[in-house]
Amino acid sequence: MGNNIFAGEYKRRKRRDIGFRIAVLVPAGVVVALLLLILAQVVVNGGRALNLDFFFQQQKPFGEVGGGIVQAIVGTLMVLVVAIVIALPLSLLTALYLYEHKGSKRADALLNVVNTLQGIPSIVIGVVIYTWVVVPLKTFSAFAGGIALSIVMLPLMISMIKESLDMVPASYLEAALALGVPRWRAVVEIVVPAAASGILEAAGLGIARAGGETAPLIFTAFGNPFLSLNFKAPVSALPLVIYEYIKSPYDDWHQKAWGAALLLVIFVLSLNLFIGTRKKR
Amino acid sequence: MNDRRFNVLLGFAAMVVVFIFAGFLFTLVVQSLPAAKQEGVAFLYGAEWNPVTTRFGALPFIIGTLMTSAIALIIAIPLSLSAGIVMGEYVGSGWGRSVLNTLINVLASIPSVVFGLWGIEVVIPLVRSLATSVGAPPYGAGILSASLVLAIMIIPYMSSMTREALVNVPAGLREGAFALGLTKQEVITGIALPFAKKSIFAGILLSLGRALGETMAVTMLIGNATRIPTSLFSLGNTLASVIASQFNEAASDVHRSAMMGLALILFIITMIAGWFGRTLMRKRMGAYGE
Repeated sequence: MGNNIFAGEYKRRKRRDIGFRIAVLVPAGVVVALLLLILAQVVVNGGRALNLDFFFQQQKPFGEVGGGIVQAIVGTLMVLVVAIVIALPLSLLTALYLYEHKGSKRADALLNVVNTLQGIPSIVIGVVIYTWVVVPLKTFSAFAGGIALSIVMLPLMISMIKESLDMVPASYLEAALALGVPRWRAVVEIVVPAAASGILEAAGLGIARAGGETAPLIFTAFGNPFLSLNFKAPVSALPLVIYEYIKSPYDDWHQKAWGAALLLVIFVLSLNLFIGTRKKR
Repeated sequence: MNDRRFNVLLGFAAMVVVFIFAGFLFTLVVQSLPAAKQEGVAFLYGAEWNPVTTRFGALPFIIGTLMTSAIALIIAIPLSLSAGIVMGEYVGSGWGRSVLNTLINVLASIPSVVFGLWGIEVVIPLVRSLATSVGAPPYGAGILSASLVLAIMIIPYMSSMTREALVNVPAGLREGAFALGLTKQEVITGIALPFAKKSIFAGILLSLGRALGETMAVTMLIGNATRIPTSLFSLGNTLASVIASQFNEAASDVHRSAMMGLALILFIITMIAGWFGRTLMRKRMGAYGE
Protein backbone atom coordinates (compact mmCIF):
# COMPACT_ATOMS: atom_id res chain seq x y z
CA MET A 1 0.00 0.00 0.00
CA GLY A 2 2.98 2.25 0.74
CA ASN A 3 3.41 3.93 -2.63
CA ASN A 4 -0.18 3.57 -3.73
CA ILE A 5 -1.77 6.88 -4.69
CA PHE A 6 -4.81 5.75 -2.72
CA ALA A 7 -2.88 5.29 0.51
CA GLY A 8 -4.00 8.63 1.95
CA GLU A 9 -7.57 7.96 0.98
CA TYR A 10 -7.36 4.48 2.53
CA LYS A 11 -6.05 5.87 5.82
CA ARG A 12 -8.81 8.45 5.89
CA ARG A 13 -11.50 5.78 5.35
CA LYS A 14 -9.92 3.55 7.98
CA ARG A 15 -9.95 6.42 10.48
CA ARG A 16 -13.57 7.16 9.71
CA ASP A 17 -14.43 3.50 10.24
CA ILE A 18 -12.84 3.53 13.69
CA GLY A 19 -14.45 6.86 14.52
CA PHE A 20 -17.89 5.50 13.61
CA ARG A 21 -17.32 2.43 15.72
CA ILE A 22 -16.52 4.59 18.74
CA ALA A 23 -19.47 6.87 18.01
CA VAL A 24 -21.95 3.97 18.27
CA LEU A 25 -20.19 1.93 20.97
CA VAL A 26 -20.04 4.79 23.47
CA PRO A 27 -23.80 5.60 23.49
CA ALA A 28 -24.61 1.87 23.47
CA GLY A 29 -22.32 1.49 26.48
CA VAL A 30 -24.13 4.34 28.20
CA VAL A 31 -27.46 2.59 27.60
CA VAL A 32 -26.16 -0.71 28.99
CA ALA A 33 -24.66 1.01 32.04
CA LEU A 34 -27.92 2.86 32.73
CA LEU A 35 -30.00 -0.28 32.44
CA LEU A 36 -27.66 -2.22 34.73
CA LEU A 37 -27.77 0.66 37.21
CA ILE A 38 -31.59 0.57 37.37
CA LEU A 39 -31.62 -3.20 37.85
CA ALA A 40 -28.95 -2.99 40.56
CA GLN A 41 -30.88 -0.29 42.42
CA VAL A 42 -34.08 -2.33 42.37
CA VAL A 43 -32.22 -5.37 43.70
CA VAL A 44 -30.27 -3.51 46.41
CA ASN A 45 -33.09 -1.24 47.64
CA GLY A 46 -35.71 -3.95 47.34
CA GLY A 47 -33.55 -6.52 49.08
CA ARG A 48 -33.49 -4.39 52.24
CA ALA A 49 -37.28 -4.64 52.57
CA LEU A 50 -37.51 -8.40 52.29
CA ASN A 51 -38.17 -10.43 55.44
CA LEU A 52 -40.75 -12.98 56.52
CA ASP A 53 -43.22 -10.32 57.74
CA PHE A 54 -43.04 -8.65 54.34
CA PHE A 55 -44.48 -11.75 52.70
CA PHE A 56 -46.92 -12.91 55.38
CA GLN A 57 -48.18 -9.85 57.28
CA GLN A 58 -50.82 -7.33 56.29
CA GLN A 59 -50.20 -3.62 56.06
CA LYS A 60 -49.85 -1.89 59.45
CA PRO A 61 -51.99 1.23 60.18
CA PHE A 62 -50.69 4.49 58.68
CA GLY A 63 -47.33 5.50 60.04
CA GLU A 64 -46.63 2.35 62.02
CA VAL A 65 -43.40 0.56 61.14
CA GLY A 66 -43.48 -3.12 60.22
CA GLY A 67 -46.08 -5.37 58.72
CA GLY A 68 -46.04 -6.61 55.15
CA ILE A 69 -47.80 -6.66 51.84
CA VAL A 70 -49.49 -10.06 51.79
CA GLN A 71 -52.72 -8.29 50.75
CA ALA A 72 -51.00 -7.12 47.55
CA ILE A 73 -49.39 -10.47 46.75
CA VAL A 74 -52.72 -12.27 47.13
CA GLY A 75 -54.59 -9.49 45.28
CA THR A 76 -52.23 -9.68 42.30
CA LEU A 77 -52.74 -13.45 42.13
CA MET A 78 -56.53 -13.00 42.29
CA VAL A 79 -56.77 -10.46 39.45
CA LEU A 80 -54.36 -12.52 37.34
CA VAL A 81 -56.45 -15.66 37.83
CA VAL A 82 -59.61 -13.84 36.68
CA ALA A 83 -57.71 -12.34 33.75
CA ILE A 84 -56.22 -15.57 32.45
CA VAL A 85 -59.48 -17.50 32.89
CA ILE A 86 -61.11 -14.99 30.52
CA ALA A 87 -58.20 -14.35 28.18
CA LEU A 88 -56.95 -17.89 27.55
CA PRO A 89 -60.13 -19.44 26.03
CA LEU A 90 -61.04 -16.25 24.18
CA SER A 91 -57.58 -15.80 22.68
CA LEU A 92 -57.28 -19.50 21.78
CA LEU A 93 -60.64 -19.49 19.95
CA THR A 94 -59.86 -16.19 18.20
CA ALA A 95 -56.45 -17.49 17.14
CA LEU A 96 -58.13 -20.65 15.82
CA TYR A 97 -60.51 -18.43 13.82
CA LEU A 98 -57.50 -16.67 12.31
CA TYR A 99 -55.87 -20.07 11.63
CA GLU A 100 -58.98 -21.47 9.96
CA HIS A 101 -59.61 -18.36 7.83
CA LYS A 102 -55.98 -17.65 6.96
CA GLY A 103 -55.62 -15.13 4.12
CA SER A 104 -59.31 -14.20 4.01
CA LYS A 105 -60.35 -10.54 4.13
CA ARG A 106 -62.19 -11.08 7.41
CA ALA A 107 -59.14 -12.59 9.05
CA ASP A 108 -56.99 -9.67 7.87
CA ALA A 109 -59.52 -7.20 9.28
CA LEU A 110 -59.61 -9.09 12.57
CA LEU A 111 -55.82 -9.08 12.70
CA ASN A 112 -55.92 -5.31 12.26
CA VAL A 113 -58.37 -5.01 15.14
CA VAL A 114 -56.10 -7.17 17.32
CA ASN A 115 -53.08 -5.02 16.48
CA THR A 116 -55.01 -1.86 17.25
CA LEU A 117 -56.19 -3.32 20.58
CA GLN A 118 -52.55 -3.98 21.40
CA GLY A 119 -51.78 -0.28 21.02
CA ILE A 120 -54.53 0.97 23.35
CA PRO A 121 -52.92 2.73 26.31
CA SER A 122 -53.65 0.73 29.45
CA ILE A 123 -55.14 3.78 31.20
CA VAL A 124 -57.88 3.85 28.55
CA ILE A 125 -58.65 0.20 29.33
CA GLY A 126 -59.01 1.27 32.96
CA VAL A 127 -61.62 3.97 32.34
CA VAL A 128 -63.66 1.82 29.94
CA ILE A 129 -63.78 -1.20 32.26
CA TYR A 130 -64.70 1.20 35.05
CA THR A 131 -67.74 2.16 32.95
CA TRP A 132 -68.55 -1.41 31.94
CA VAL A 133 -68.05 -3.23 35.24
CA VAL A 134 -67.51 -0.95 38.24
CA VAL A 135 -70.44 1.39 37.55
CA PRO A 136 -73.11 -1.33 37.07
CA LEU A 137 -71.82 -3.41 40.02
CA LYS A 138 -71.51 -0.21 42.10
CA THR A 139 -68.21 -1.38 43.58
CA PHE A 140 -64.54 -1.71 42.73
CA SER A 141 -63.60 -5.37 42.68
CA ALA A 142 -60.96 -8.00 41.97
CA PHE A 143 -63.34 -9.14 39.27
CA ALA A 144 -63.27 -5.75 37.50
CA GLY A 145 -59.47 -5.63 37.81
CA GLY A 146 -59.21 -9.08 36.26
CA ILE A 147 -61.41 -8.11 33.33
CA ALA A 148 -59.27 -5.02 32.69
CA LEU A 149 -56.10 -7.13 32.75
CA SER A 150 -57.66 -9.73 30.45
CA ILE A 151 -57.95 -7.00 27.80
CA VAL A 152 -54.28 -6.19 28.30
CA MET A 153 -53.44 -9.87 27.72
CA LEU A 154 -55.83 -10.56 24.88
CA PRO A 155 -54.15 -9.05 21.78
CA LEU A 156 -50.68 -10.24 22.83
CA MET A 157 -51.92 -13.78 23.42
CA ILE A 158 -53.98 -13.93 20.21
CA SER A 159 -51.03 -13.01 18.02
CA MET A 160 -48.64 -15.36 19.88
CA ILE A 161 -51.05 -18.31 19.76
CA LYS A 162 -51.77 -17.64 16.09
CA GLU A 163 -48.04 -17.75 15.35
CA SER A 164 -47.60 -21.07 17.11
CA LEU A 165 -50.64 -22.55 15.30
CA ASP A 166 -49.20 -21.42 11.98
CA MET A 167 -45.94 -23.19 12.80
CA VAL A 168 -47.63 -26.60 13.05
CA PRO A 169 -46.75 -28.39 9.77
CA ALA A 170 -49.75 -28.44 7.42
CA SER A 171 -49.09 -32.15 6.81
CA TYR A 172 -50.34 -32.96 10.34
CA LEU A 173 -53.75 -31.51 9.56
CA GLU A 174 -53.78 -32.98 6.06
CA ALA A 175 -52.88 -36.46 7.33
CA ALA A 176 -55.73 -36.36 9.85
CA LEU A 177 -58.19 -35.12 7.23
CA ALA A 178 -57.05 -37.82 4.79
CA LEU A 179 -57.87 -40.44 7.43
CA GLY A 180 -61.41 -39.12 7.45
CA VAL A 181 -61.30 -37.24 10.77
CA PRO A 182 -63.79 -34.34 10.82
CA ARG A 183 -62.00 -31.03 10.41
CA TRP A 184 -62.92 -29.67 13.85
CA ARG A 185 -61.58 -32.80 15.56
CA ALA A 186 -58.40 -32.67 13.50
CA VAL A 187 -57.88 -29.05 14.56
CA VAL A 188 -58.73 -29.62 18.24
CA GLU A 189 -56.97 -32.96 18.69
CA ILE A 190 -53.99 -32.63 16.34
CA VAL A 191 -53.15 -28.98 15.65
CA VAL A 192 -53.87 -27.54 19.11
CA PRO A 193 -51.85 -30.18 21.02
CA ALA A 194 -48.99 -29.73 18.55
CA ALA A 195 -49.02 -26.02 19.39
CA ALA A 196 -49.51 -26.60 23.14
CA SER A 197 -46.11 -25.31 24.22
CA GLY A 198 -46.61 -22.12 22.22
CA ILE A 199 -50.02 -21.64 23.80
CA LEU A 200 -48.53 -22.06 27.28
CA GLU A 201 -45.79 -19.55 26.42
CA ALA A 202 -48.44 -17.08 25.29
CA ALA A 203 -50.28 -17.51 28.57
CA GLY A 204 -47.04 -17.00 30.51
CA LEU A 205 -46.12 -13.84 28.63
CA GLY A 206 -49.70 -12.56 28.98
CA ILE A 207 -49.47 -13.03 32.75
CA ALA A 208 -46.04 -11.38 32.85
CA ARG A 209 -47.29 -8.37 30.90
CA ALA A 210 -50.53 -7.96 32.84
CA GLY A 211 -48.93 -8.60 36.23
CA GLY A 212 -46.92 -5.38 35.99
CA GLU A 213 -49.80 -3.18 34.85
CA THR A 214 -50.92 -0.47 37.25
CA ALA A 215 -53.06 1.93 35.24
CA PRO A 216 -55.93 -0.50 34.45
CA LEU A 217 -56.18 -1.42 38.15
CA ILE A 218 -56.49 2.03 39.73
CA PHE A 219 -60.13 2.43 38.71
CA THR A 220 -61.08 -1.26 38.83
CA ALA A 221 -59.37 -3.25 41.62
CA PHE A 222 -58.77 0.10 43.39
CA GLY A 223 -56.58 -1.20 46.22
CA ASN A 224 -57.30 -2.37 49.74
CA PRO A 225 -55.17 -2.08 52.89
CA PHE A 226 -56.54 -5.37 54.18
CA LEU A 227 -56.22 -8.93 52.94
CA SER A 228 -59.39 -9.78 51.05
CA LEU A 229 -60.28 -13.00 49.28
CA ASN A 230 -63.62 -11.67 48.01
CA PHE A 231 -63.64 -11.34 44.23
CA LYS A 232 -66.56 -8.91 44.47
CA ALA A 233 -64.65 -6.50 46.73
CA PRO A 234 -61.69 -4.19 46.09
CA VAL A 235 -58.27 -5.83 46.36
CA SER A 236 -54.73 -4.55 46.48
CA ALA A 237 -52.03 -5.52 43.97
CA LEU A 238 -48.24 -5.24 43.86
CA PRO A 239 -48.15 -2.35 41.35
CA LEU A 240 -50.85 -0.48 43.29
CA VAL A 241 -48.84 -0.81 46.50
CA ILE A 242 -45.74 0.64 44.81
CA TYR A 243 -47.73 3.58 43.46
CA GLU A 244 -49.44 4.28 46.78
CA TYR A 245 -46.52 3.71 49.16
CA ILE A 246 -44.01 5.89 47.34
CA LYS A 247 -46.43 8.83 47.59
CA SER A 248 -46.69 8.40 51.37
CA PRO A 249 -44.46 10.36 53.75
CA TYR A 250 -43.18 7.25 55.61
CA ASP A 251 -39.67 5.92 55.06
CA ASP A 252 -40.79 2.42 56.00
CA TRP A 253 -43.40 2.50 53.23
CA HIS A 254 -40.86 3.80 50.72
CA GLN A 255 -38.69 0.81 51.53
CA LYS A 256 -41.70 -1.50 51.14
CA ALA A 257 -42.40 0.08 47.73
CA TRP A 258 -38.90 -0.98 46.66
CA GLY A 259 -39.49 -4.43 48.10
CA ALA A 260 -42.71 -4.74 46.12
CA ALA A 261 -40.88 -3.52 43.01
CA LEU A 262 -38.21 -6.20 43.45
CA LEU A 263 -40.88 -8.86 43.91
CA LEU A 264 -42.73 -7.70 40.81
CA VAL A 265 -39.55 -7.57 38.71
CA ILE A 266 -38.53 -11.08 39.84
CA PHE A 267 -42.01 -12.37 38.98
CA VAL A 268 -42.09 -10.77 35.53
CA LEU A 269 -38.48 -11.62 34.69
CA SER A 270 -38.63 -15.23 35.75
CA LEU A 271 -41.67 -15.75 33.51
CA ASN A 272 -39.96 -13.94 30.61
CA LEU A 273 -36.60 -15.68 30.96
CA PHE A 274 -38.18 -19.09 31.47
CA ILE A 275 -40.15 -18.66 28.26
CA GLY A 276 -37.12 -17.20 26.45
CA THR A 277 -34.96 -20.25 27.21
CA ARG A 278 -37.77 -22.65 26.28
CA LYS A 279 -38.10 -20.91 22.93
CA LYS A 280 -34.45 -21.37 22.02
CA ARG A 281 -34.72 -25.13 22.39
CA MET B 1 -70.10 -30.87 18.03
CA ASN B 2 -69.67 -30.79 14.30
CA ASP B 3 -67.74 -28.67 11.82
CA ARG B 4 -70.50 -26.12 11.49
CA ARG B 5 -70.91 -25.60 15.24
CA PHE B 6 -67.15 -25.42 15.64
CA ASN B 7 -66.98 -22.65 13.05
CA VAL B 8 -69.84 -20.81 14.75
CA LEU B 9 -67.94 -21.01 18.04
CA LEU B 10 -64.77 -19.60 16.47
CA GLY B 11 -66.77 -16.90 14.71
CA PHE B 12 -68.38 -16.00 18.02
CA ALA B 13 -64.96 -15.55 19.70
CA ALA B 14 -63.81 -13.37 16.80
CA MET B 15 -66.98 -11.28 17.13
CA VAL B 16 -66.35 -10.80 20.85
CA VAL B 17 -62.91 -9.39 20.09
CA VAL B 18 -64.33 -7.05 17.45
CA PHE B 19 -67.10 -6.00 19.83
CA ILE B 20 -64.58 -5.22 22.55
CA PHE B 21 -62.81 -2.86 20.18
CA ALA B 22 -66.02 -1.27 18.87
CA GLY B 23 -67.35 -1.10 22.43
CA PHE B 24 -64.27 0.82 23.57
CA LEU B 25 -64.79 3.43 20.88
CA PHE B 26 -68.55 3.61 21.52
CA THR B 27 -68.18 3.91 25.31
CA LEU B 28 -65.54 6.61 25.07
CA VAL B 29 -67.65 8.66 22.62
CA VAL B 30 -70.88 8.31 24.61
CA GLN B 31 -69.24 8.97 27.97
CA SER B 32 -67.49 12.08 26.72
CA LEU B 33 -70.66 13.60 25.25
CA PRO B 34 -71.72 15.59 28.38
CA ALA B 35 -68.36 17.37 28.49
CA ALA B 36 -68.34 17.80 24.71
CA LYS B 37 -71.81 19.38 24.85
CA GLN B 38 -70.78 21.77 27.58
CA GLU B 39 -67.46 22.84 26.07
CA GLY B 40 -68.03 22.34 22.35
CA VAL B 41 -64.96 22.32 20.11
CA ALA B 42 -63.22 24.45 22.73
CA PHE B 43 -62.65 21.20 24.63
CA LEU B 44 -59.79 20.56 22.21
CA TYR B 45 -58.07 23.95 22.51
CA GLY B 46 -59.30 25.38 25.82
CA ALA B 47 -56.36 26.32 28.01
CA GLU B 48 -58.19 26.07 31.32
CA TRP B 49 -58.91 22.86 33.23
CA ASN B 50 -60.69 23.64 36.46
CA PRO B 51 -62.95 21.08 38.14
CA VAL B 52 -64.14 23.72 40.64
CA THR B 53 -65.49 26.16 38.05
CA THR B 54 -66.17 23.15 35.74
CA ARG B 55 -64.17 24.56 32.81
CA PHE B 56 -62.57 21.77 30.84
CA GLY B 57 -60.03 22.42 28.09
CA ALA B 58 -57.60 19.69 27.04
CA LEU B 59 -54.86 21.95 25.67
CA PRO B 60 -52.52 21.83 28.71
CA PHE B 61 -52.48 18.03 28.53
CA ILE B 62 -52.18 17.81 24.77
CA ILE B 63 -49.15 20.11 25.01
CA GLY B 64 -47.82 18.15 27.98
CA THR B 65 -48.17 14.88 26.08
CA LEU B 66 -46.49 16.23 22.93
CA MET B 67 -43.69 17.90 24.91
CA THR B 68 -42.77 14.85 26.99
CA SER B 69 -42.97 12.48 24.02
CA ALA B 70 -40.95 14.79 21.77
CA ILE B 71 -38.19 15.30 24.36
CA ALA B 72 -38.15 11.57 25.11
CA LEU B 73 -37.77 10.80 21.39
CA ILE B 74 -34.97 13.37 20.96
CA ILE B 75 -33.06 11.69 23.80
CA ALA B 76 -33.95 8.11 22.90
CA ILE B 77 -33.36 8.15 19.13
CA PRO B 78 -29.55 8.60 19.05
CA LEU B 79 -29.05 6.21 21.97
CA SER B 80 -31.38 3.56 20.53
CA LEU B 81 -29.96 3.80 17.01
CA SER B 82 -26.44 3.34 18.41
CA ALA B 83 -27.51 0.41 20.58
CA GLY B 84 -29.45 -1.11 17.67
CA ILE B 85 -26.46 -0.74 15.30
CA VAL B 86 -24.13 -2.33 17.84
CA MET B 87 -26.56 -5.21 18.39
CA GLY B 88 -27.27 -5.70 14.69
CA GLU B 89 -23.85 -5.09 13.17
CA TYR B 90 -21.04 -5.36 15.71
CA VAL B 91 -21.90 -8.16 18.13
CA GLY B 92 -22.84 -10.66 15.44
CA SER B 93 -22.54 -13.77 17.56
CA GLY B 94 -21.41 -15.29 20.81
CA TRP B 95 -22.03 -14.23 24.35
CA GLY B 96 -21.89 -10.47 23.67
CA ARG B 97 -25.01 -10.74 21.59
CA SER B 98 -26.98 -12.87 24.02
CA VAL B 99 -25.99 -10.69 26.99
CA LEU B 100 -27.13 -7.55 25.16
CA ASN B 101 -30.34 -9.14 23.90
CA THR B 102 -31.23 -10.52 27.31
CA LEU B 103 -30.54 -7.20 28.97
CA ILE B 104 -32.70 -5.32 26.47
CA ASN B 105 -35.53 -7.85 26.88
CA VAL B 106 -35.26 -7.62 30.65
CA LEU B 107 -35.53 -3.87 30.54
CA ALA B 108 -38.42 -3.97 28.10
CA SER B 109 -40.37 -6.13 30.53
CA ILE B 110 -39.85 -4.03 33.68
CA PRO B 111 -43.21 -2.56 34.68
CA SER B 112 -43.81 1.13 34.22
CA VAL B 113 -44.52 1.70 37.89
CA VAL B 114 -41.03 0.45 38.77
CA PHE B 115 -39.50 3.04 36.40
CA GLY B 116 -41.68 5.63 38.15
CA LEU B 117 -40.35 4.55 41.53
CA TRP B 118 -36.77 4.71 40.27
CA GLY B 119 -37.44 8.13 38.78
CA ILE B 120 -38.80 9.50 42.05
CA GLU B 121 -35.79 8.31 44.02
CA VAL B 122 -33.03 8.96 41.48
CA VAL B 123 -34.04 11.31 38.64
CA ILE B 124 -36.07 13.85 40.62
CA PRO B 125 -33.21 14.74 43.02
CA LEU B 126 -30.84 15.10 40.02
CA VAL B 127 -33.24 17.35 38.13
CA ARG B 128 -33.89 19.36 41.29
CA SER B 129 -30.21 20.17 41.71
CA LEU B 130 -29.94 20.98 38.01
CA ALA B 131 -32.95 23.32 38.33
CA THR B 132 -31.40 25.01 41.36
CA SER B 133 -28.13 25.57 39.54
CA VAL B 134 -29.84 27.25 36.57
CA GLY B 135 -32.20 29.25 38.79
CA ALA B 136 -35.39 27.43 37.76
CA PRO B 137 -38.04 26.53 40.35
CA PRO B 138 -36.60 23.52 42.20
CA TYR B 139 -39.59 21.16 42.08
CA GLY B 140 -37.61 18.21 40.79
CA ALA B 141 -40.76 16.69 39.38
CA GLY B 142 -41.93 18.07 36.04
CA ILE B 143 -41.65 17.84 32.26
CA LEU B 144 -37.90 17.11 32.21
CA SER B 145 -37.99 14.33 34.83
CA ALA B 146 -40.93 12.65 33.11
CA SER B 147 -39.29 12.93 29.67
CA LEU B 148 -35.97 11.50 30.87
CA VAL B 149 -37.57 8.40 32.37
CA LEU B 150 -39.87 8.07 29.36
CA ALA B 151 -36.78 8.08 27.13
CA ILE B 152 -35.16 5.30 29.17
CA MET B 153 -38.38 3.31 28.96
CA ILE B 154 -38.63 3.40 25.16
CA ILE B 155 -34.93 2.77 24.48
CA PRO B 156 -35.15 -1.04 24.84
CA TYR B 157 -38.11 -1.20 22.47
CA MET B 158 -36.69 1.21 19.89
CA SER B 159 -33.24 -0.40 19.86
CA SER B 160 -34.59 -3.91 19.37
CA MET B 161 -36.73 -2.61 16.47
CA THR B 162 -33.60 -1.02 14.96
CA ARG B 163 -31.64 -4.24 15.36
CA GLU B 164 -34.50 -6.18 13.80
CA ALA B 165 -34.55 -3.81 10.81
CA LEU B 166 -30.79 -4.16 10.28
CA VAL B 167 -30.79 -7.94 10.62
CA ASN B 168 -33.44 -8.09 7.88
CA VAL B 169 -31.19 -6.40 5.32
CA PRO B 170 -30.47 -9.10 2.69
CA ALA B 171 -27.05 -10.62 3.29
CA GLY B 172 -26.21 -10.39 -0.42
CA LEU B 173 -26.26 -6.58 -0.39
CA ARG B 174 -23.85 -6.48 2.51
CA GLU B 175 -21.55 -9.17 1.10
CA GLY B 176 -21.45 -7.43 -2.26
CA ALA B 177 -20.46 -4.18 -0.62
CA PHE B 178 -17.72 -5.82 1.42
CA ALA B 179 -16.46 -7.58 -1.70
CA LEU B 180 -16.03 -4.17 -3.34
CA GLY B 181 -13.74 -3.23 -0.47
CA LEU B 182 -16.04 -0.97 1.53
CA THR B 183 -15.24 -0.48 5.20
CA LYS B 184 -17.72 -1.58 7.85
CA GLN B 185 -18.77 2.03 8.44
CA GLU B 186 -19.39 2.53 4.72
CA VAL B 187 -21.47 -0.65 4.54
CA ILE B 188 -23.56 0.43 7.53
CA THR B 189 -24.15 4.06 6.59
CA GLY B 190 -24.17 3.50 2.82
CA ILE B 191 -26.03 0.18 2.44
CA ALA B 192 -27.64 -1.19 5.61
CA LEU B 193 -29.10 2.00 7.13
CA PRO B 194 -30.58 3.34 3.86
CA PHE B 195 -32.14 -0.08 3.20
CA ALA B 196 -33.54 -0.34 6.73
CA LYS B 197 -34.53 3.29 7.18
CA LYS B 198 -38.25 2.80 6.63
CA SER B 199 -38.42 -0.05 9.13
CA ILE B 200 -36.39 2.00 11.59
CA PHE B 201 -38.74 4.93 11.11
CA ALA B 202 -41.69 2.60 11.66
CA GLY B 203 -40.04 1.45 14.89
CA ILE B 204 -39.69 5.07 15.99
CA LEU B 205 -43.40 5.66 15.27
CA LEU B 206 -44.40 2.59 17.27
CA SER B 207 -42.17 3.76 20.12
CA LEU B 208 -43.85 7.16 19.91
CA GLY B 209 -47.22 5.43 20.27
CA ARG B 210 -45.96 3.85 23.47
CA ALA B 211 -44.58 7.12 24.81
CA LEU B 212 -47.83 8.97 24.13
CA GLY B 213 -49.89 6.46 26.09
CA GLU B 214 -47.38 5.73 28.84
CA THR B 215 -49.10 6.41 32.13
CA MET B 216 -47.70 5.35 35.46
CA ALA B 217 -44.09 6.52 35.32
CA VAL B 218 -45.19 9.87 33.86
CA THR B 219 -47.95 10.31 36.45
CA MET B 220 -45.45 9.74 39.23
CA LEU B 221 -42.88 12.18 37.84
CA ILE B 222 -44.59 15.03 36.04
CA GLY B 223 -45.94 16.91 39.06
CA ASN B 224 -49.62 16.81 38.05
CA ALA B 225 -50.27 20.49 37.42
CA THR B 226 -53.14 21.53 35.16
CA ARG B 227 -51.42 24.56 33.62
CA ILE B 228 -49.78 24.75 30.22
CA PRO B 229 -46.10 23.88 30.81
CA THR B 230 -43.82 26.77 29.87
CA SER B 231 -40.36 25.30 30.40
CA LEU B 232 -38.47 22.05 30.89
CA PHE B 233 -38.76 22.48 34.64
CA SER B 234 -42.50 23.25 34.67
CA LEU B 235 -44.90 20.94 36.39
CA GLY B 236 -47.41 19.50 33.97
CA ASN B 237 -49.67 16.63 33.03
CA THR B 238 -50.15 14.40 30.02
CA LEU B 239 -53.50 13.13 28.76
CA ALA B 240 -52.80 9.80 30.46
CA SER B 241 -51.41 11.19 33.71
CA VAL B 242 -54.30 13.59 34.38
CA ILE B 243 -56.73 10.68 34.04
CA ALA B 244 -54.65 8.51 36.37
CA SER B 245 -54.40 11.23 39.00
CA GLN B 246 -57.93 12.70 38.91
CA PHE B 247 -60.36 10.01 37.74
CA ASN B 248 -61.03 8.42 41.13
CA GLU B 249 -61.46 11.83 42.76
CA ALA B 250 -63.68 13.26 40.02
CA ALA B 251 -65.52 16.27 41.47
CA SER B 252 -68.56 15.99 39.20
CA ASP B 253 -70.06 13.97 36.39
CA VAL B 254 -68.88 16.55 33.84
CA HIS B 255 -65.37 16.27 35.27
CA ARG B 256 -65.45 12.50 34.78
CA SER B 257 -66.95 12.92 31.32
CA ALA B 258 -64.19 15.38 30.39
CA MET B 259 -61.63 12.74 31.34
CA MET B 260 -63.42 10.24 29.12
CA GLY B 261 -62.94 12.83 26.38
CA LEU B 262 -59.20 12.92 27.14
CA ALA B 263 -59.13 9.12 26.96
CA LEU B 264 -60.83 9.30 23.55
CA ILE B 265 -58.25 11.80 22.26
CA LEU B 266 -55.46 9.55 23.55
CA PHE B 267 -57.08 6.47 22.00
CA ILE B 268 -57.31 8.15 18.59
CA ILE B 269 -53.76 9.58 18.66
CA THR B 270 -52.16 6.25 19.61
CA MET B 271 -54.32 4.40 17.09
CA ILE B 272 -53.08 6.67 14.29
CA ALA B 273 -49.42 6.37 15.36
CA GLY B 274 -49.71 2.58 15.56
CA TRP B 275 -51.53 2.26 12.27
CA PHE B 276 -48.95 4.44 10.51
CA GLY B 277 -46.06 2.46 11.98
CA ARG B 278 -47.54 -0.91 11.02
CA THR B 279 -48.37 0.22 7.48
CA LEU B 280 -44.80 1.41 6.92
CA MET B 281 -43.46 -1.83 8.33
CA ARG B 282 -45.65 -3.95 6.04
CA LYS B 283 -44.77 -1.95 2.92
CA ARG B 284 -41.08 -2.50 3.55
CA MET B 285 -41.56 -6.23 4.05
CA GLY B 286 -43.82 -6.48 1.01
CA ALA B 287 -41.36 -4.76 -1.31
CA TYR B 288 -38.87 -7.62 -0.98
CA GLY B 289 -41.33 -10.45 -1.05
CA GLU B 290 -40.79 -11.55 2.54
